[in-house]
Amino acid sequence: MHNLSHHLKDAPVSAWIGIVIVVFYAVLALGAPFLAPFAESASVGKQYMPWTSPHYLGTDALGRDVLSRLIYGARNTVGIALVTTVLAFTLGATFGLLAATIGGWFDAISSRVVDVLMAIPPLIFALLILTITGTSVIALILVIAILDSTRVFRLSRAVAQGILTMDYIEVARMRGEGMFWLIRKEVLPNAAAPLIAEFGLRFCFVFLFISALSFLGLGIQPPTADWGGMVRESAKLISFANFATFQTATFGLAPLLPAGAIALLTIGVNLVVDWVLHMSSGLKD
Amino acid sequence: MTDLLLEMKDIHIEGRSDRQWKPIIKGVDLTLNRGEILGLIGESGAGKSTLGLAAMGYTKGGCRISGGSIHFDGQDLVGASNEALRQLRGARIAYVAQSAAAAFNPAYRLIDQYCEAPVKHGVMSRAEAQSDAVQLYRKIRLPNPEDIGFRYPHQVSGGQLQRAMTAMAMACRPDLIIFDEPTTALDVTTQIEVLAAIRGIVREYNTAAIYITHDLAVVAQMADKIKVLLRGEEVEESSARDMLANPQQDYTKSLWAVRDFRRAPPAARHLDEGPLLEIRDMTAGYGAVDILKGINLTITRGTTVAVVGESGSGKSTMARVVMGLLPPSGGSLHHNGAALPKSGKQRPRDLQRHIQMIHQMADTALNPKHRIKDIIGRPLEFFLGLKGRAKDVRIRELLTLIELDPDEFINRMPSELSGGQKQRVCIARALAAEPDFIICDEVTSALDQLVAEGILRLLDRLQREMDLTYMFITHDIATVRSIADEVVVMQNGVIVEQGPKETIFSPPHAPYTELLLSSVPEMDPDWLTGLLKERGAVVTSEEPL
Repeated sequence: MHNLSHHLKDAPVSAWIGIVIVVFYAVLALGAPFLAPFAESASVGKQYMPWTSPHYLGTDALGRDVLSRLIYGARNTVGIALVTTVLAFTLGATFGLLAATIGGWFDAISSRVVDVLMAIPPLIFALLILTITGTSVIALILVIAILDSTRVFRLSRAVAQGILTMDYIEVARMRGEGMFWLIRKEVLPNAAAPLIAEFGLRFCFVFLFISALSFLGLGIQPPTADWGGMVRESAKLISFANFATFQTATFGLAPLLPAGAIALLTIGVNLVVDWVLHMSSGLKD
Repeated sequence: MTDLLLEMKDIHIEGRSDRQWKPIIKGVDLTLNRGEILGLIGESGAGKSTLGLAAMGYTKGGCRISGGSIHFDGQDLVGASNEALRQLRGARIAYVAQSAAAAFNPAYRLIDQYCEAPVKHGVMSRAEAQSDAVQLYRKIRLPNPEDIGFRYPHQVSGGQLQRAMTAMAMACRPDLIIFDEPTTALDVTTQIEVLAAIRGIVREYNTAAIYITHDLAVVAQMADKIKVLLRGEEVEESSARDMLANPQQDYTKSLWAVRDFRRAPPAARHLDEGPLLEIRDMTAGYGAVDILKGINLTITRGTTVAVVGESGSGKSTMARVVMGLLPPSGGSLHHNGAALPKSGKQRPRDLQRHIQMIHQMADTALNPKHRIKDIIGRPLEFFLGLKGRAKDVRIRELLTLIELDPDEFINRMPSELSGGQKQRVCIARALAAEPDFIICDEVTSALDQLVAEGILRLLDRLQREMDLTYMFITHDIATVRSIADEVVVMQNGVIVEQGPKETIFSPPHAPYTELLLSSVPEMDPDWLTGLLKERGAVVTSEEPL
């Protein structure tokens, strides 16, 4: 804990901006029911209302409050992306570390399976599977987690292979340590830094991937609020934008709001990741 | 026209760490005349390399020259523009790095890299540079001088690469070459050839040189004058002969004295008991290639057996086989009369405990994420089942045993230790298992001489107190002289000669032992000249490709 506060004190401005953005999104996601002025999917007004009280960001095609849907969208999109990334890491890192440590046939088989999965373009593969399985949230999470775990597998295997050539691993092997100890106590602490950095990046990719799928109609299904889906629903409005007055101009800005929310979080997470990468790359305390 | 080539006055260099500038070089003067060789010695961290690089007006990243003046042939280097410095570097001042293997670009042939500097500096055309390279390769006694330039760096041996690098430094016929530990990574037998080549060519072209090393015997062969550095300050400087015969300062004397460490013969030799470890007819290797071919070795309890030989002779492979990391393809191993299973995995934990190993590089042998108490505590827990307070007490005992203060060190991370301290922790970790046999794999070769001597004394003391048996793998004959009871000389995977130290070190020798022993540099400045005369044409015989 002391260590963490010490690092935070030394964090550069960019890292602080990233942290503030990420914390802001986390608060939105956790406190959505209290923060949102209206319900997630209830029609509360006429369609396409301008930006005035009580609908500060207007309403959408079905008369739902855009601000409330943006706040709930944080919960849905970010939550699902987080669960998916955690799952992808559990799967990928476990198999990657095992493949590096056991080597031999286990390494050969798991690496070839991963190669096969990686050979297929992920978006097309995901579309294919989701068309077969249907677009439930569970299917979405599992498909993306498995696709992304292949990248995590590659990384953790490569990192672990580097660590496994060190003399302290040989010392542990000479002592007769079991594989579980080797991975957990000798390899994992040394692989943690690159894996944490990759976690941040991977989270962004998953998050964008879900938004992309939602935009194509195969992601999170309405009426659940989701930023990718919201961009798709309001995309056409951009051609009706009229900059004569502020009220008409806001109309055209509607698709930019969820898109901006996606962009801002991506930037925030990347700023934090850059900082973690920098810390892990050299400057040890 | 004066002979003065390089004049550095009151040089201060600082390095940046933890957000502040810390001094590395604290006011050192250095003058060098044309054709003169200056030996720069000191332990690691003394600032030798930093000072050497500063002679080119260069500092490593994160460092700066904060005071003093550097004049090269009348030209000021401290205030010079990058363009002016670039004109000098490579053309009039050249640099030869410690590891030629790392300094050559693996993607280009040797001759391409040779020609780069002279062509860029406009000294010669590409064709001239190529024929010049062949000439220099011949002068520096590289085999097949016409063709060797067309090889890639990985296709020639380490000694040849270091010589090719020296030839490359000579390409523009510079006035000054800086040699930064050019032979430290080489075997003694290879080192001789590189030393002879460097000395010959530098003398022939009347090039001045700064020769950086921590090996006193090497500097004795090369230098006209010697400067000793300690923590960024000059200890003393005088002509090589004076310095060797009559060092003035205590620090210099202590450096000289290190080489005289001799341990007393062990008190109890247990000759009556059976051998502690026996290797019979062992063959082992990687894949189909046998590295070890029929090794027979018997080790008596309480003695130190030194295994010597150049790299590739199979010393470390033998250690791996004994540890059970590499199952041998033939032969057998016996510990205390009982046969040892070939693979470490099949060995019972108690047998595994009795045989421990200490690695060469303490840096990589300690997990950087574990605290000292975890590193030493794990074997206590694993082999002896110690937990909680009992474990803590034992860790403290072990730290005291290796002469580190328990209160100060028990909670430290490996990155907070010096090289010598790390090696001590590795020793404590081996001792924690309460072994009777320890393999020391080049444990002192990465350390400075003073620190290395401390480790040797510690190992010697522990052997007396705990009745340990050592197998001491090394390529340093001085270490063998100081600690061994028995000596085993290996070459190409077979034992060439073995026996008590007195027998091995007194003539007559086996031919390879003779070569190995005579290649160890001595403090006598005339040693290399004498040796080369003695060997005559023999030393020019090319090493196999």
